[in-house]
Amino acid sequence: MLNYFDPNKIFAFTSRAPKYVFFIFVITLTVGLLEALVLSPEDYIQSDSVRIMYVHVPSAWISLGIFTLIAILSFGSLFFKNKNFPIISKSLAPSGLVFNIIALVTGSIWGKPTWGTWWAWDARITSMLILAFFYLIYILAWRVFEKEEIKIKVSSIIAILGLVNIPIIKYSVDWWSTLHQPSSVNLLSKTSIDQSMLVPLAIMTAAFALFSFLIFLMKYNTELIKLKNKGLDRL
Amino acid sequence: MVRKVKLRILFLSFIFATVVLTIFLILKTFEENVVYFISPTEIKSLTELDNKKLRVGGMVKKGSILTTQNKIDFIITDFKNEIKVTYSGSVPNLFSEGKGVVAEGYLKDLNSFKASKILAKHDENYMPPEVLRALEDK
Repeated sequence: MLNYFDPNKIFAFTSRAPKYVFFIFVITLTVGLLEALVLSPEDYIQSDSVRIMYVHVPSAWISLGIFTLIAILSFGSLFFKNKNFPIISKSLAPSGLVFNIIALVTGSIWGKPTWGTWWAWDARITSMLILAFFYLIYILAWRVFEKEEIKIKVSSIIAILGLVNIPIIKYSVDWWSTLHQPSSVNLLSKTSIDQSMLVPLAIMTAAFALFSFLIFLMKYNTELIKLKNKGLDRL
Repeated sequence: MVRKVKLRILFLSFIFATVVLTIFLILKTFEENVVYFISPTEIKSLTELDNKKLRVGGMVKKGSILTTQNKIDFIITDFKNEIKVTYSGSVPNLFSEGKGVVAEGYLKDLNSFKASKILAKHDENYMPPEVLRALEDK
């Protein structure tokens, strides 16, 4: 049932999860960093700066994924008045924003030696910056309004409007000429990253996903505690 | 209750569809501002030369780079048309023959371009040097 929500039952489970997630995260990150920084080869043209990609690309993927998830959950909270979806979305947003900023910053650091510029107003980079603003507005929407009902409505609408931007980010490099290179990893066509570089990329993506999940669990548990102790607004 | 949910779905779907259409139209209208650079072929089809700053992108033609002191001349090609570029200053490390490049500057005429900034474009291929050598040996 889409309306069913029992904070106590969920909390009994999610309050114990973080330590296990943290454990798996540390192992994955260690292996990922070892692969990315030591074991994987240099690139034929950009040599060692290719290693920035192992942080940049996973961050971008995660921030896109989290926003998409927030938007889908927002549809659910508006359509069915589900009580759980808004709290999940709210708890997901901070790690999405952080990874969005990491993607922008690492892209800039990579761009200077490779392209010869820190920043370009091309479609991919600009749409990614717009996503960061959507994240900011989304997170602020939860803070500026007083009434719980208004918070949920406004934040959900912001997420749904922001969803329009997601395919624009994804396909910007195909629709328009951009300074940013086209995507190398595709589900349907051949991947243009060598196997030896794909391994660290995959492990780092898993590590970042686990980290987001960990931060999400911490935030989510806080929200559940607030719900369980009604009237406890500031925690 | 169910009727209310249906109404909400309808209401939000219309809002969503309207926003998507609006964004689509805006991007379509301003397409020439959304693209980061234009190709030599698009330069050729320009009817008038104005003194607007623009960017031309394509491949650096093989064997076209000519360096004299601080000046560097080369040809940008999209394999249909090409344009001569003159530039003085330093170029990014990745700037080389047969690789992607974006030049920012002004058109002198439809065949030559005076660049004030050169950006190297990286393509979607990532591989270690050994793989490249193996590919070239094939």
